Amino acid sequence: MASPSHEQPGAPEEPVVRFDGVGLRYGRAPEVLKDISFALQPGSFHFLTGASGAGKTSLLRMIQLGLRPTRGLIRLFGHDPATMRRSELPLMRRRIGVVYADRQLLDHLNAFDNVALPLRLAGRPAADYTADVVELLAWVGLGEKMDAYPAALSGGEQQRLAIARAVVNRPDILLADEPTGNVDQEMALRILRLFVELNRLGSTVLIASHDEDLVARSGRPVMHIANGRLGLFREAGE
Amino acid sequence: MSAQSNAGAATAAKRKPAPLLPPEDARDGALVFVVAVLCFLACLAAVAALGANRAANGWRTQLIGSATVIVRPTASETADAAAERAAEALSAIRPGVTEAAVLEKEKAEALLAPWLGSGDVLEDLPVPRLVSVDLDPKAPATVAVMDKALKAAGVDATIDDHSLWLKDVLHAGLMAKIAALGAAALITAAAAAVIAFATRAGLAARGDLVNVLHFAGAEDGYIAGLFEMRFARMAALAGLLGAGAAAMITVAARLFGGGAGLTPVLPLAWSDLLVLPVCPVVAGLVAAAAARFTALALLKETV
Repeated sequence: MASPSHEQPGAPEEPVVRFDGVGLRYGRAPEVLKDISFALQPGSFHFLTGASGAGKTSLLRMIQLGLRPTRGLIRLFGHDPATMRRSELPLMRRRIGVVYADRQLLDHLNAFDNVALPLRLAGRPAADYTADVVELLAWVGLGEKMDAYPAALSGGEQQRLAIARAVVNRPDILLADEPTGNVDQEMALRILRLFVELNRLGSTVLIASHDEDLVARSGRPVMHIANGRLGLFREAGE
Repeated sequence: MSAQSNAGAATAAKRKPAPLLPPEDARDGALVFVVAVLCFLACLAAVAALGANRAANGWRTQLIGSATVIVRPTASETADAAAERAAEALSAIRPGVTEAAVLEKEKAEALLAPWLGSGDVLEDLPVPRLVSVDLDPKAPATVAVMDKALKAAGVDATIDDHSLWLKDVLHAGLMAKIAALGAAALITAAAAAVIAFATRAGLAARGDLVNVLHFAGAEDGYIAGLFEMRFARMAALAGLLGAGAAAMITVAARLFGGGAGLTPVLPLAWSDLLVLPVCPVVAGLVAAAAARFTALALLKETV
């Protein structure tokens, strides 16, 4: 707990995400997160744990530039989001894949179009990405449901769809909020393998989860939030 | 199972991206109606402006094309004789005058009858005689030229070239045009405000979608563009409906409103219909601008 920051001295690359003394409060309420400092090196894989309401989702939202910290400094890909122009944010966000706890699928788009969304927004033509999207949907087990709308999918299927959308453009960093909350053990392991695969390809991964079994199985380092403070619970390989 | 998956792959090969904004919902019907009514009113204002312009032009040519000369009797000559000579002298002005004729005595007396009655009193009064002059529309003779000709003939006369009336008529025509254009401008502003309001409501109702698009890396301009396209298309359709209704009114007025259009005061022409197709285009452009402006302003307030 003493030094939550585990930035290695002389690291060759700038961390993908770096928090320095970040605090967050909603309105006049006491701070939800206090003195959060950590750095995620490129290609790292962390779990984020903590009781429900501890601030895991708030932390993830700050990384994806959806919340501004009330104090402290955030650096994302070496840039300070606070000083960035608004027009620069979309490019930064395209490098971040997010799996939301509530999935946030678009109900009026079918599975294919939901997954293709980030590619479409990045300006890639449909002819260019169709094969990739079809392959990814097959990989998450939705190959037969490409034309189904989210309302027609089960909770687990929706979860896999949200994950496919988050990873489809090979983001530099993948944030996942309870990605295995609605799936059975087998699918949870499969999803974990997908994240590991993505990590192997170079993506930095941060997964908020309370699935202790999954966290233990992964053998990856864990950041733990308690009482608004962040501690490095366990380094990889310990 | 495998046949099904083949079918899925086949459709995947030639799929078209679905629209990111969900298909219109029910409240768009009311919006189309309001914008269509505004377009209808704007079209009527435009047609009325054209009619007013044409009426003013008509009055103007009638006034410019003629003059009236009032001839008074002199000690040596009766009014009738002086008027005859005045008409002769004026007819000789070429180019400039096409015809000059003494207004018949009966007609002149008829003009005075309302004030003086038709009794013998007119016989005893030195009633001036009128000469009506038709001017050459291409090169109308000026008052100075006509005055010179009358002086040379030794006639005591006053020329009224209707310039007093002309000013009033031109003024009235201008006022009618300003009123019609003002109405059109107000209606356009109202339409823009309605679209801005609808865009605000649309963004609020689709907050979830806007949020997802934002965090998936969509630029503000891209999201604004979705609403811009939707409202431009909707307003163009409403413009088409409004212009169609206005066209029906115009055609009816032209067909059943008497020979010269609605009334002699507001003459309509078939060519006035040509202004109506402009309406859907303007409606679309105004809606696009209003939606874009509103959406960009609102999106700036989001994270």
